[in-house]
Amino acid sequence: MVDLINLVQTLTSPHPLDRYLELVRPTLTLRDMRAEITRVRHSAPGSVTLTLRPTRQWKGHQAGQYVQLGVVIDGVRHTRCYSPVNPEGGRDRHIELTVKAHPGGVVSPFLYHNAVPGMVVDLTPADGMFRLPEPRPERLLLISGGSGITPVLSMLRTLAAESHRGEVVFLHYAKSPAVLPHRAELDAIARRHPNFRIELRHPHRPERIDPGAPWIDLARPKGSGYFDYDELERVAPWFADAQTYVCGPQSLMDAVRKIYQAEQWDDRLHTEEFTLSVAAADAARAHGTVNFSASRVSAENNGATLLEQAESAGLSPEYGCRMGICFSCTAVRRAGCTRNLRTGETDSDPDQPIQLCISAPVGDVDIDI
Amino acid sequence: MTILTETESGPLVLSREQIEELGRELDELRAAIVADLGERDREYLYSIIKAQCGFEIAGRGLMYLGFLPPFWLAAVAALSVSKILDNMEIGHNVMHGQYDWMREPGLNSRVFEWDTVCPADQWKHSHNYLHHTYTNIHNKDRDIGYSVLRMDEAQEWNVLRLGQPLYAFMLMMLFEWGVMGHDLEVEKIVRGERTWPEIEQLILGQWRKAGKQVLKDYLVFPALTGPLFFHTLAGNAAANLVRNVWAFAIIFCGHFPTGVQTFTEEETADETRGEWYIRQMLGSANITGRKLFHIMAGNLSHQIEHHLFPDLPASRYPEMAPTVRALCEKYGLPYNTGTLGKQIGSVWKKIFKLALPPRWVKSEPSPGVIVMRQRKASEAGV
Ligand code: FES
Repeated sequence: MVDLINLVQTLTSPHPLDRYLELVRPTLTLRDMRAEITRVRHSAPGSVTLTLRPTRQWKGHQAGQYVQLGVVIDGVRHTRCYSPVNPEGGRDRHIELTVKAHPGGVVSPFLYHNAVPGMVVDLTPADGMFRLPEPRPERLLLISGGSGITPVLSMLRTLAAESHRGEVVFLHYAKSPAVLPHRAELDAIARRHPNFRIELRHPHRPERIDPGAPWIDLARPKGSGYFDYDELERVAPWFADAQTYVCGPQSLMDAVRKIYQAEQWDDRLHTEEFTLSVAAADAARAHGTVNFSASRVSAENNGATLLEQAESAGLSPEYGCRMGICFSCTAVRRAGCTRNLRTGETDSDPDQPIQLCISAPVGDVDIDI
Repeated sequence: MTILTETESGPLVLSREQIEELGRELDELRAAIVADLGERDREYLYSIIKAQCGFEIAGRGLMYLGFLPPFWLAAVAALSVSKILDNMEIGHNVMHGQYDWMREPGLNSRVFEWDTVCPADQWKHSHNYLHHTYTNIHNKDRDIGYSVLRMDEAQEWNVLRLGQPLYAFMLMMLFEWGVMGHDLEVEKIVRGERTWPEIEQLILGQWRKAGKQVLKDYLVFPALTGPLFFHTLAGNAAANLVRNVWAFAIIFCGHFPTGVQTFTEEETADETRGEWYIRQMLGSANITGRKLFHIMAGNLSHQIEHHLFPDLPASRYPEMAPTVRALCEKYGLPYNTGTLGKQIGSVWKKIFKLALPPRWVKSEPSPGVIVMRQRKASEAGV
C-alpha cells in the first residue's frame, strides 16, 4: 500500500496527491485531515454546537485536549482551537464542538451564523497536555468559566461515561444561566451520579436561580460570588488530595493559581489558557518585548520593523528586497500582534507567517527566528 | 532630484513632487485592490487549478491512445496546457506570494513547487528578489539577457556574441533547464566569486528536483503505457518543449521589446518608492490579447502591472491596467504594449541586431525614454 502511494506520489510530483483528490471530494484526502459538519444545534443563546464527522485519519481525542478547526471566510483560511465537549473513547468517531460567538471575532460568529450540515472544515489531530491522566485520579475538581467549559465538560462526561467511583466536583462560572450550553447533559449527569457534584455560579446575577435544578445554582453563595479560598473549602474540602483542572478567563485562572501556589500544591493543579486574539489598543506607541524564540534572543520593542529589530539584536534573518515584494523574509509569528506597515492592518492570529521587513510589533510578540 | 525623460517629442521632465505623487496614486490603486481581495480570487485560483488538473489527467490518459496520431497530438496539447497553467498562472504567481493572504497551507510562496526542473527556492531567489527588486539595473538584474545574451546596447560586444541567435534559439528550446541553472550564477563561478559549499547546495537541490521531473516524464509515465513507451516519452518531451517555447516567448516579450529601458546602479542609487515604480514601468512591456491569452500567459502579458505590484494576484492586473495606463498618459510616460507578434518580432530583431558589432549597426537611443537624474543630466549632455 505504501509503495503504491509512493508510486502515485511520483506521478503527481511535485504536487501532493491530495491536490488532485480534494477536487473529487474535499473529504477524500490522503494526508490532510478534514471533517464534515453533520449536525448544527444552537444549544444556548450565543453558542452553537457542531457535530463533526472526521475523515479516517482521526485518531480520537483525550478529554481536555483541543483540535484546530480551519474554515474559509471571504477567501481566507482561518484556524482556531476548540476543545471537543464529547467524552473520549466514544465508538462512533464523532467530534462535538461548542463554539461561543464572540462579538468582534471572526471565526466564532461565522460558525454561529453559517455552519450548516455538509460543510467541510479542516481539522488537526487532537493535541494538548491538559487532559485526564490514566489511571483516573480518585478525586477530581473541575473548574471552568465562560467558554472555558468545553475541555472540562469533556472530562466530566468522560468520567460519567466511565462511571467513575470517586468524588468529582464540577464548578462552573457563567454570566447567566441562560447562556450555559449543555444544561441537559449536566442535568442528566447530576441525576445519575450522586458522587458527582455540579455547582454553577453566576456572580453577575443577584438572586438564587433555578431552585428546582438537580445542581446547586447559586448567584451569591457567600462573599463576592467569585472564586476564593472559602469557596474552594466549601465545594471540595478534600481538594488538597485531588487533581484540579481549570480552564477559563484569566481572572479565574489567577485566583485559583494564587491559592494553589500559596499552599504549594502547584503539582496538583492543571490549567489550560485560552486567550482571545485581541488587537492591541495602542498600535502607535512602541512598547512591549520582541522575542525571537528560535534564537532565544529578546529585545525591547523600539517600533522599527521586525527585520531591523532582529538585526539590531544581532540576528541575521534571511531577507531580499526589504520592501515587501519578494517574501524572502517571511517568518512565523508565534504569538502577539503585528502591524503591516504597508496596509496599516494589525493581526494577532497565532502561528501566522508574516513579512518581517514590512511588519512592526504592537506590544509583545514572539517571532520564530 | 529630478527625472528627465526624453521621448520622441522631446525631453520630459518630472519633478520630484510629480514622481512622489505618481507613487502615491499607484499606492492607492494597490490599496484598493488589497482591500477587495477575497472569495472571488480564491475561486479563480481554484478554478485554474481544477482546469490544470483536468488537462493533466486528460493528457496523461490520452497517451494510452498515442499510437493514433490525432490522439497523440491531443495528448501533447492537453499536457502542454497543463504545464503552462501550472508554471505561469499558478506556479509563478503563487510563488510570488500573491495568494499568501489566503493562508492556504498548500498554496503559499513558502511551500509551493511547480512542474518544471527549477527548484522553487532557487527561482524565488533569482526572480522574486533579484529580478523584481533590481529590475533592469545593469550588473544587478541578471535577467538582462540571462548572462547568455546581449539584450541591451550597454552590454559589451565580443566575437562570441555573433552566435547569439543560435544561443537564443537553444535557450528557447531548453528554457526550463536555463531557468534551473540561472541561480547558479555561472559567470560568478567562472570569476571565482562563489564558494563551493554554496554551489554544492544549489546543485544538490537541482539534482533532486530535476531528477523527480525526469523520472516522472521520461520513465514512469512512459513505462506505465507499456508498449507505447516511446510514444509517451516523445509526447511528454513535446509537451515540455511547447511549454518552454511559450514561456520563453511571454517572458522575453516582458522585458526585451524595443523601448524598454535599462538603468545603471548610479542612476538608481537611493531610489525613492516613486522612482522605483517609474523604473518598473519603464523596464517592462505588455502584450495585448484576449482573456484566454492572458490566462495562458499567467497574466504576465501585463508585465508592467506585474512589476508594479508583484505581490498582488495576477488575475487582477487586467482591471488595474486602465488606471496604470491613464497614469502613464497623465505624466507623459510611455506604456509599452503591443500584440504578441509585434513584441516577439521586436525581441528577435534585437537578438539579431545586438549579435553584431556595435559599429555595424545604427545605435538606436530607443524611441522610448532615457531616465536620468538631475545630477547626471549635464554628463549626458541634456
Ligand atoms: S525582504 Fe523582500 S519581502 Fe521582506
